[in-house]
Amino acid sequence: MAEDTLFAIFMNGVFLKNFLLIQFLGLCSFVGVTKDVKSAAGMSGAVIFVMTMAATVAYLIYTYLLVPLKLDFLTTIAFIVVIAALVQLVEFVIRKHMPPLYRSLGIYLPLITTNCAVLGVVLLNVMSEYGLIQSVVFGIAAGVGYTVAMLMMSAIRERSDYAKIPAAMQGLPHAFIIAALLSMAFVNYFKVIPI
Amino acid sequence: MSKVLSEFMRGIGKDNPIFGLVLGLCPLLAVTTTVENGIGMAAGAAFVLIFANLFVSALRKQIPGSVRLPIFIIIIATFVTIVDMVMEAFTPAMYTSLGVFIPLIVVNCIIIGRAEAYANKNNVFYSVIDGFGIATGFLVALLIMASIRELFGTGQIVTFGHTLLTIPINPISYLVSPPGAFLTIGVLMAINNYNKSRKLAKGG
Repeated sequence: MAEDTLFAIFMNGVFLKNFLLIQFLGLCSFVGVTKDVKSAAGMSGAVIFVMTMAATVAYLIYTYLLVPLKLDFLTTIAFIVVIAALVQLVEFVIRKHMPPLYRSLGIYLPLITTNCAVLGVVLLNVMSEYGLIQSVVFGIAAGVGYTVAMLMMSAIRERSDYAKIPAAMQGLPHAFIIAALLSMAFVNYFKVIPI
Repeated sequence: MSKVLSEFMRGIGKDNPIFGLVLGLCPLLAVTTTVENGIGMAAGAAFVLIFANLFVSALRKQIPGSVRLPIFIIIIATFVTIVDMVMEAFTPAMYTSLGVFIPLIVVNCIIIGRAEAYANKNNVFYSVIDGFGIATGFLVALLIMASIRELFGTGQIVTFGHTLLTIPINPISYLVSPPGAFLTIGVLMAINNYNKSRKLAKGG
C-alpha cells in the first residue's frame, strides 16, 4: 500500500494532478459541456458521484476478485464493464428515487461511461497501489478537481460570449486558449506556495 | 482501386480524427511532449483501430443492434489489453512514459466512433482501409503536435536515440508543460479553421 497521507492525496487530486488541466483526462466534456455554467454543474455533479462509486467498486473487484484469481491481465476489460454497469445502475436508482436529480443529471449520465476521467481514476488507483480509503479519497478529490475546472471554464466562456472574437478563433480554439491560461495557474500556483 | 485510395485519404484529410472530427483529444495533448511518445501512442491506437474495425465489420451481421455498444467496447478492450501487454514486454521505457494512456485507448472516442459510424455499416475490406486511413490521420496530427512542442520546447528532436533536428534557440520550456499543450492545439485549430474558411470563400 502506498504511504501518502489522505490530505496529500486529496490536494494532489484536486490541484496538483487536476484531471482536466494537468493530466488531460476527460477533455471531451471539458470543451463540450462548458458552454453554460448550469450544464457544467450538472455534469460535474454526475462525475463526482460516479467517480466515487467507481473508485470504491473497482478497488473491491480488483483486490478481492482479480488478484486472488490471478486475472489481473483482465483489469482494463473488467473496469470498463464495471463502470458501464455502474452508470446504468446509478441511472436506474436516481430515476426511481430522486426524480428531480434525474431530470437535472439525466442526459449527462450515459456520457460518463466513455469519459476517460472515470476510467483514469480507477486505473491510477491501481497503479499507485492505494488502499480502500485512499482510493475513495482520490476518487472524491478527482471529482472535486474536475468540478473546479469545469465551473471556472464555463463561467469564463459564458462571459466571453459578449467579447468580439476573430472568426477563426471562435469555438474550440477559443476554449483551448482559455484552458491554457487556467492550466498555467494550476501548474505554477503550487510551485510558488508549496503544500 | 480509386475507391481504396479515396477511403484511405479521407482519414488523413476530411475525416482527420483530430482536425476534422475532433475526437480523441486527451491522448493527443497528454503524450505529445516528445515525438517518440507520439509515435508510440499512434502505433498502439493504430493496432487497436485496425483490428477493432476488422472484427466489428466481420461480426456486424451477428451483433444484435440493441447491445452493439457493449460488444464493441469488449472487442476494443481485448485489443487494448494485447497492446498493453506487448508494450510492457518489449518497450518498457515507452510503456512507463505513456503510462495510464495505454489502457485508456479503450475509451478513445476515435475507435468506438469508427466502429459505430463505419465498420458497422461497411464490409471487412473497406473497414480495414478506413482503419489504416484514420490511424494515419491520427499519426499525422500527433506528429505535428509533438514536433512543434519538442522542437521549440527543448530545441531539438530526439527520436529513438537519434538527434533528428536541432535549432539554435533558447528552448521555450513552457511548450512542454501542460498549458503549452492547450496553447499549441488552440493555435493549430485556429489555423485549420482559417484555412477552411478561406477555401470555402474561394471555392464556394
